[in-house]
Amino acid sequence: MTARIHLQQLEAESIHIMREVVAECQRPVLLYSIGKDSSVLLRLAQKAFFPGPVPFPLLHIDTGYKFKEMIEFRDRYTGELGLNLIVHTNRAALNEGANPFNWGTQRCCGALKTTALLDGLRQGGFDAAIGGARRDEERSRAKERVFSFRDQRGQWDPRNQRPELWNIFNTRIHPGESLRVFPLSNWTELDVWQYIHAENIPIVPLYFAKPRLMLVRGDSLLPIEQPFVPRLPGEVPKLVTCRMRSLGCSPCTGAIRSDADTVPRIIEELVTMRLSERQNRVIDHDQDGSMEIKKQEGYF
Amino acid sequence: MASLLAPSESFSAFLELEKGKDLLRFTTAGSVDDGKSTLIGRLLYDSRSIYDDQLESATKASVGRNVGAIDFSLLTDGLRAEREQGITIDVAYRYFATPRRKFIIADTPGHEQYTRNMVTGASTAELAIVLVDARKGVLPQSRRHSYIAGLLGIERVVIAVNKMDLVGYNENVFRAIENDFRAILARFPEIEPYFVPVSALAGDNIVSRSSHMPWFTGPSLLEHLETVPVGGRVQTSAFRFPVQRVVRPSHEFRGYAGTIASGSVRPGDPVTILPSGRETTIESIVTFDGNQEYASAGQSVTLTLSQEIDLSRGDFIVSSHHLPLKSHGVKSMLVWLNEKPAEIGKRYRIKHASRQDWAILREIDYRLNINTLEQDDVHTLEMNAIGQITLETARLLCFDRYTENRITGSFILIDPATNATVAAGMITGAAETGTLAPLAGISWQVKDGALVLTSEQGFSTKPGASGEPLAMEDPEALEALRHMLSRLRVAPFAGTTDADFEI
Repeated sequence: MTARIHLQQLEAESIHIMREVVAECQRPVLLYSIGKDSSVLLRLAQKAFFPGPVPFPLLHIDTGYKFKEMIEFRDRYTGELGLNLIVHTNRAALNEGANPFNWGTQRCCGALKTTALLDGLRQGGFDAAIGGARRDEERSRAKERVFSFRDQRGQWDPRNQRPELWNIFNTRIHPGESLRVFPLSNWTELDVWQYIHAENIPIVPLYFAKPRLMLVRGDSLLPIEQPFVPRLPGEVPKLVTCRMRSLGCSPCTGAIRSDADTVPRIIEELVTMRLSERQNRVIDHDQDGSMEIKKQEGYF
Repeated sequence: MASLLAPSESFSAFLELEKGKDLLRFTTAGSVDDGKSTLIGRLLYDSRSIYDDQLESATKASVGRNVGAIDFSLLTDGLRAEREQGITIDVAYRYFATPRRKFIIADTPGHEQYTRNMVTGASTAELAIVLVDARKGVLPQSRRHSYIAGLLGIERVVIAVNKMDLVGYNENVFRAIENDFRAILARFPEIEPYFVPVSALAGDNIVSRSSHMPWFTGPSLLEHLETVPVGGRVQTSAFRFPVQRVVRPSHEFRGYAGTIASGSVRPGDPVTILPSGRETTIESIVTFDGNQEYASAGQSVTLTLSQEIDLSRGDFIVSSHHLPLKSHGVKSMLVWLNEKPAEIGKRYRIKHASRQDWAILREIDYRLNINTLEQDDVHTLEMNAIGQITLETARLLCFDRYTENRITGSFILIDPATNATVAAGMITGAAETGTLAPLAGISWQVKDGALVLTSEQGFSTKPGASGEPLAMEDPEALEALRHMLSRLRVAPFAGTTDADFEI
């Protein structure tokens, strides 16, 4: 076997996984979250099915609280690529006033993300959902299979997963059950950025540093896109040169102080960074093992 | 530790260096208390692959458990049950990098009841680290771990003699364990061992060489991992391409998408399509990044052929100079992965490369006692058991022996009722195909554009036509017949239903 450099190897494996989904599943969909990992997934999908078109639709679970720049990027980029985008929102919960401050992050995520995702998948009749999650992101994800089985309620049983050997994937399910498929399982955050650099892949401008208005609380920088983000007495937003390291809902995603305004500068910052990628994601830290619990319930 | 990271003053040089890095996948096997999680935590920590907030949460959770300072195992045990019980249950994948190389670790539990997890972790690994506790020496499980590495085709094994700090860094302890272990490895000539004395907890000989053991002059564990050659030594270089998908975006284009399992390919190469046996040549190698003049193992590409040939998912495109084996019956080593034991005579779904088919478990030749390597005569395989079996597939199986090709020589079995992955197989060769009996009495011919089937009982698809039975000794003709029978939904096995022909 020829030794291949790691990015080519990761790319080839991800392409293999995507083709396997399309060959064996009835109705796959790509869960598009607009972030950098989703941008990489789209490029891999283009490569996997070339010279044919991407043979599945994209599903975006829009909580209603995503950054404006994310939605603009989503509509422009998926339009340019000629992809079929489905947007699903849990309107009922939003009408009831769901937001992380009124409902708490656990209940808010449960309604706007988990419930919305399960409803969106059910409404589309999708039996396989391709997502951009990576095993290096969070410790319960380190154990998840590339083809991860979900029961009829969309739930994950971490103690009863199908063994996954070589690159042979078991895609068989009964009606009502589904698969989550993670082509980027073996990629690290650094791999993703190197690939974006090498392939010149478009990403949301929020990843690049520029002066933005933020609420500054100690080391935390809170975006002020949503009017319900509570302010301390006398608190006024300040212009801070910062960027987003990962993208989620604006009330729950902190920015980091940074002047990295190009992909190489972001990579340089990353290799000297001392905090993990999801450290600024409030929802990962609301209880011990919180990602594992959310995933069992059906969260991505 | 800063030396493990790139100096920022030469950042563009760093990016160039990064592009050229290769990837080593390794697995770790060790029993409870051998210090495996600590070893991995140490590798991640010393290569600065652990971020401060992750370290803080491991330190926070350590409070209340009887461990000083950082509990490295808390960095790796991902599930809550594992953290609570202080054990590793499932395979976990870890990632770290040094300036020389990227690494993927399949971290697996070593206890016998987790043999299946160890096998899973080993299936994608090119190297295995086997941990031995310096105070306990070589145990029965050392033989088990070595056997699994050999069985899964891992040729490079590092034997890390851990907890050297607890035996006073004594060279004699290390040498005695090395001698005992070499005696075990004498049974596994394909394995190339490297012995290294370490203390994962104290960090001796993990990243840098230990001052506590001046008598040991070899490279540290990490130095060895960074420099050991990647890739197998005895794997075939013959071209093998399992077709994943037929790509037909328009009438002008017909290509075959897949990942090259082994060997390499260039336009103009003579190839054979299997199982049909038709020969043609490669016309082009198509990718999103442009047509290629050359592609090799591990690359995902789309091939076009110079002739239009009926070809579907699951077929192989292979080098005409070096054909794989073909048979309906295979001998295989099988690892049973499921709580429901193996049943002789039961039909399972088999997934081999990109093809799904039906297979009958014909025989269990023996079960291997994995601690003594003795062969037991049994009628079933329980979870975690390893044995040799004979399998018969509904359609002709094209394969290489696992020792020659880890992709075309491996398969999984799926229980059709539960859809659970119940077994992992490593093909050792073709089996006697005396089991073709169900079809022996049927023959066919094309008459006036119609296929005429004739059985010994005189049955014919065309009313009134008198079937003239043909001799079916030619295996190619027999395969063609099977292919047509399956399209006509004529059962290859008694009791077959429509669903059996799903692909």
